[in-house]
Amino acid sequence: MKRYSTLGLLKAGLSGHRDWPRAWRDPEPRSRYDIVVIGGGGHGLATAYYLARQHGIGSVAVLERGWIGGGNTGRNTTIVRSNYRQPQLQRLLEYSLKLWEGMTQELNYNVMFSQRGAVFLGHSDSDMTRLAERGDALRAHGIDAELMTRAEVARLIPVLDMSPDARFPVQGGLIQRRGGTARHDAVAWGYARAADALGVDIIQNCEVTGFSIRGGRVEGVETTRGTIGADRVGICVAGHSGQVAGLAGLKLPIESHLLQAFVSEPIKPMIDTVIMSQSIHCYISQSDKGEIVLGGDPDLYPTYSQRGVPMRLEEVASQAIALVPALSRLRMLRSWAGTTDMSFDGSPIIGDTPIEGLYLNGGWCYGGFKATPGSGRLFAHHLAGGEAHEIAAPFALDRFARGATIDETGAGPKAQDR
Amino acid sequence: MLRIACPYCGRRAQAEFVFERALDAILPLDETPVAAVEHLFARDNPKGWSWELWRHTAGCGAWLKLHRHTVTHQIAAVETLGASAQDAGE
Amino acid sequence: MTGARRPVGGLIDRSRTLAFTFDGAPYEGHRGDTLASALLANGVRLLGRSFKYHRPRGILAAGVEEPSALVEVGVGGRFEPNTRATDLFLYDGLTARSQNRWPSLALDVGAVLGAFGRFLPAGFYYKAFLGKPDLWKIYEHFIRRAAGLGRPPREPDPDPYDHQAAFCDVLVVGAGPSGLAAALAASTTGARVMLVEQDERLGGALLRETARLDGVTPDRWIARTRKTLAARGVRILTRATAVGYWDHDLVTIAERLIEPGQSPVRDAPAQRLWRVRAEQVVLATGAIERPLPFEHNDRPGVMLAQAVRSYVGRFGVLPGARTVIATSHDDAYRTAFAVADAGGQVAAILDSRPAGDRPIVRDAMARFPVRFEAEVLRAQGGAGGVRRVIARAGGQTLSFDCDLLAVSGGFSPVAHLHMQAGGALDWDPTTAAFHAGEARQHQSSTGSAAGLDDLGEVIRHGWASGASAAATLKSVGPAGAPPEVNERYPGPSHAVAALAAPAGVDPKRVFVDFQNDVTLADVDLAWREGYRSVEHLKRYTTLGMATDQGKTSNMMGLARLAANEGRPIPEVGLTTFRPPYTPVTLGVLAGHAKGFNVAPLRRPALYATHAADHPLWQPVGYWMRPRAYPRAGEDLHAAALREARTVRTALGWVDVSTLGKFEVAGPDAAALLERVCATTVGKLAVGRGRYTYMLREDGMVMDDGTVWRIGAERYLLTSSTGGADRMGHHLDYVRKVLAPQLKAAVANVQEHWAGIAVAGPRARALVAALAPALDVPRHMAAGRAMIGGVDVLVLAASYSGERAFEFYVRNPDAAVVWALVAKAGARLGGCAYGLEALEILRIEKGHVVVGGEIDGRTTPYDLGLHRMMNPLRPFVGAAALQRPALQTQAGRQQLVGLESEQPIPEGSMLVRQAPDAAEGHITAGGVRVIGDGFVALGLLHDGHARLGEALTAWSPTRARSAGVRVVAPMFYDPEGARYRD
Repeated sequence: MKRYSTLGLLKAGLSGHRDWPRAWRDPEPRSRYDIVVIGGGGHGLATAYYLARQHGIGSVAVLERGWIGGGNTGRNTTIVRSNYRQPQLQRLLEYSLKLWEGMTQELNYNVMFSQRGAVFLGHSDSDMTRLAERGDALRAHGIDAELMTRAEVARLIPVLDMSPDARFPVQGGLIQRRGGTARHDAVAWGYARAADALGVDIIQNCEVTGFSIRGGRVEGVETTRGTIGADRVGICVAGHSGQVAGLAGLKLPIESHLLQAFVSEPIKPMIDTVIMSQSIHCYISQSDKGEIVLGGDPDLYPTYSQRGVPMRLEEVASQAIALVPALSRLRMLRSWAGTTDMSFDGSPIIGDTPIEGLYLNGGWCYGGFKATPGSGRLFAHHLAGGEAHEIAAPFALDRFARGATIDETGAGPKAQDR
Repeated sequence: MLRIACPYCGRRAQAEFVFERALDAILPLDETPVAAVEHLFARDNPKGWSWELWRHTAGCGAWLKLHRHTVTHQIAAVETLGASAQDAGE
Repeated sequence: MTGARRPVGGLIDRSRTLAFTFDGAPYEGHRGDTLASALLANGVRLLGRSFKYHRPRGILAAGVEEPSALVEVGVGGRFEPNTRATDLFLYDGLTARSQNRWPSLALDVGAVLGAFGRFLPAGFYYKAFLGKPDLWKIYEHFIRRAAGLGRPPREPDPDPYDHQAAFCDVLVVGAGPSGLAAALAASTTGARVMLVEQDERLGGALLRETARLDGVTPDRWIARTRKTLAARGVRILTRATAVGYWDHDLVTIAERLIEPGQSPVRDAPAQRLWRVRAEQVVLATGAIERPLPFEHNDRPGVMLAQAVRSYVGRFGVLPGARTVIATSHDDAYRTAFAVADAGGQVAAILDSRPAGDRPIVRDAMARFPVRFEAEVLRAQGGAGGVRRVIARAGGQTLSFDCDLLAVSGGFSPVAHLHMQAGGALDWDPTTAAFHAGEARQHQSSTGSAAGLDDLGEVIRHGWASGASAAATLKSVGPAGAPPEVNERYPGPSHAVAALAAPAGVDPKRVFVDFQNDVTLADVDLAWREGYRSVEHLKRYTTLGMATDQGKTSNMMGLARLAANEGRPIPEVGLTTFRPPYTPVTLGVLAGHAKGFNVAPLRRPALYATHAADHPLWQPVGYWMRPRAYPRAGEDLHAAALREARTVRTALGWVDVSTLGKFEVAGPDAAALLERVCATTVGKLAVGRGRYTYMLREDGMVMDDGTVWRIGAERYLLTSSTGGADRMGHHLDYVRKVLAPQLKAAVANVQEHWAGIAVAGPRARALVAALAPALDVPRHMAAGRAMIGGVDVLVLAASYSGERAFEFYVRNPDAAVVWALVAKAGARLGGCAYGLEALEILRIEKGHVVVGGEIDGRTTPYDLGLHRMMNPLRPFVGAAALQRPALQTQAGRQQLVGLESEQPIPEGSMLVRQAPDAAEGHITAGGVRVIGDGFVALGLLHDGHARLGEALTAWSPTRARSAGVRVVAPMFYDPEGARYRD
């Protein structure tokens, strides 16, 4: 791997940038690997990277149906935070957040992790109590959280509607200062490049069409580019977990829904932090390029179409304007939709499947991006040693049958209630 | 946005309806706990044609069975389920 | 001269002069001008700076595809950045300002970045600033300020926006020649036709052409056609862009009723979003001309050939005195004639094709120097624009002085909506263009969107498309025939692919994406580094991600990628088109849902009655409910405590109208309720009620309330305010889906019946006073009474822990009963109380509440409700409740009471000692209403087994804590003695 550095960039500039090598190779699949990771999104690539880096397993292939980072890794609103309420999720996301903090250096690739702060706004006394509860729960687990007064919120985000008779008047907020945003594509590319440098084969345009299973044990995968043997296979295809697991005869507590998001045209800096709300399901940030990034509720019915309903975007626009009135004159430039694995408690599924040697990492609902490094590293741990890492252990698939679900919102098993 | 042909009301916008669940995810009341848990937490989650239960919540309130494609969003059939709109009690 | 208004001609209204400013300088234009044409008429052609290198930017196009000419327009709340000058019709007083430059457009410090361009290739940021996040934060601060285009709006938008739904048989998108023909044909059949056009005029390409249609000039034919269509009832929208083609033939259309920055007529909307459901959609969306790849092809003065024709023909502006035309097809020859006929000089036509012998070429050769197999190598000049064109033809290097370079590299059919609708694209290798292929919804494409480029054919095809769209709905065919087209040079334009740069040019100087400063070198670099999927290319270089969404740039970038790959373009693929086709304001998306209308507000029947007492209000979901009725000098806490004490010692009354209420009737009503409620119902005697709770399918407690047998086969079920809608849905699901065999009907009476609860030791006396005839029901019994002539259902139920009654009356009668309660109650020393007092009372009594202890994660065991569970377990959730982790009590968060001498912060963590890890949390904190001390409810790990333990309620975010003792969750009258008279 040719290391990136400022000096290197200057030199390359003088020579017309002709010598930059491929960020990752384009290898032909070998007939077998120790471990095959299905899915070349952030989670799959991170898994492969940590398998090689942490566990010294170089015989790893990542199989990607299309192009890496083309699924939900490239279809989210890039928010990174760990300020969840349930302790299991706090541990998982905080573990991840710590890895985010070292990612650019570790990967030698600028993922533009911007700790600009993630603020939940409170609009009533009961909102503020809930935010305090969340903040207290975080602080009691050593995770940063600060309550903000109305005045502090107004100072931090001057464009907010602070009028007391607003439909959702701002009473205060809860900020996680270490939260923020990252450049989503760079995460996939950075992990791909670093994994490739450690010998991982990243194989694009290679769709898994079946599993070789004998005696309840996985022996490899069938793909559009031939059969590939493997001792262990990890599924990292959130959005399509049900489909891929279905190839192995598994049925999962997952339904595929759709989440839309959009960006405005780019403008000079307007919003310097991530804005979320305790009462309205709308989140607002501004990309480094200047686009206002907006997201909201999912579409609430099963679909793999990646085409949403227009009213959802209209709702998000209206909620965003309610919080930041000056957004009204900005224009939606680009919208997109991702297929989300909606698990039946809203939390991810990481770990064993009933088939020996086959492991699952999915069910991320609409919150998977922020977990990318942690998810990859924990899943690598499981794939390498066959045992769950203690942070990942609560997220085992059998928790549904056991009754040990992890329900952040308390919304229950119906995806559309979440 | 889908347009769903409610047998009682005619073609209406999706905004009037709510998706309830896949038909095979309806959990009968008399299932054994073991079967119920299996039933509740194992989904086909089909990519393609699916039978689903929807409710015309902001319309007549009827429960409708839709045969719908989860990729193209084509709707091949809309059928009534159980009680009709007239005795919906609302 | 760098461009000027011609003395005559064009479709502008020269009798209407409009004043406007650009960067503070005053100018004049005419009605019908765009800002771009008016600026050109005034000799202004430097309009802005590019995104990355701050290169000078002029006007490339004459329509929505414009990547370069972006300005800030309007002031105050009507300020809109990034507005395309080519898509902004002039109005009097228009204020525009160039953007992304500092301190001024001519002297832009940022332009220094251009000099360092070689150090800022595609993907630069991924390879630089590789430090810790706190270091990145510093770099980012400056990078963000350099990025972005216009300045952000700062003020709230004063203008209203509108939404409108419409239905039609045939929706025609685009009112160019094919669209007009389609609308004409469809409208003769009686079909309901709607025609939408993004321009302020109908006509599309006809507005710049000189052909004759049905024997008249285009503008006369357009006017006639408009009249005809209007007479046939066709709904015509102009300034209306179809931006999204969604499922099931729903098309969203953004209509501008006024221009950006303009003030609307009082209270009139600025823009309207249409949701049109069409049986058939004809996409006559035209095509977008492509630039050519050569060095410095982004300079001001390089303009698309058809745009030049538009400025000359439609706007009466000659954008240059001396023009060079570079083309790969015949259509651009028309531009040469138009320029020359308008008095401009044509220095040369540079045609990339071999010599041809068609009339248009012959005539051009007679008038202008024409060079075949010619390619432009570079455009020389400065910030002021092009001064010279260097080209190559037949091995010779040519040089032409000029101030306008009209280019055309062929056409990209506008297939965006077709693709949004799920349609496939077909590839034409000759013209190197994708056009609409197989449709998935009820759409068809026509005209240049379908890849046609002969006007006569376009019109005939449009007519046929309109006719066949209507034919699917109407049995009659179209009346009449398509318009006759008379053109001087009929026939196709014989376009050839012209996407590849000439050999030997420096790819670093050839721009692909003019707004985002993506060059061929960037495309090459991305490819070299392995970003080879078209999506990787786009994301790595930002190609096509600018505000023009790649309308003019995508194909050139794609061609370069394909060339690098050594594969044909269709194999390399195309990025997916998603809504919107052109950017739409968030304001119009939101429509009416602005300000207070962003979410509904529900007011209970007694809202006005309460308002007269000026309570503190509390939002509960969408409901507004009184939180307390403070008296002079009281704050919320003091008022609530006084109210609660009054309830404990005398009497209080509270509005409980928002509770979920369902009447269940029929022979199987009890059986139905036993499937919904986890408690027994069948054994209830008539006139009796009891507490109940309901489970979700996964065994968690969903809601709670009371169930009353108010007749032999008639029950009333109450549930929480917040969960009422969900409960209505759930009841209907159980009745109609799970238990359709049961003979029972459910009526949701939540908003039919108002509820007033009266509570306190004198509540019985109040009931006796108000309803002397009533045999006052004992606790959990029901009765009917006439109060003030109003039929009242009296339920003796208590939430506060005191002897209490709930009065249910029809909504219109609520105010009468409330007034009588207040009057009689005051005589008994009582007062009205709000939600805050209710909360204090219920905490002390240990009642759980939805959203607090019932948080969607707690089981009946966790909440101590299991003893009243129906042992037969016929209810929803019974099966999942058998799961092992829910059966073993260990490790669960369980309901406990907590008491302390200090206030217990609500939401705080239960820890052994700060800063230990949390073992639970305070769900609700209150006070002892009578006596001293503080009480709370909480959920605690293994809580049931920990009574007596000393813990700390710790709130690090509020820097508060309290030592607490774990006790049973009931602080007041555990025996229920106060319910007895």
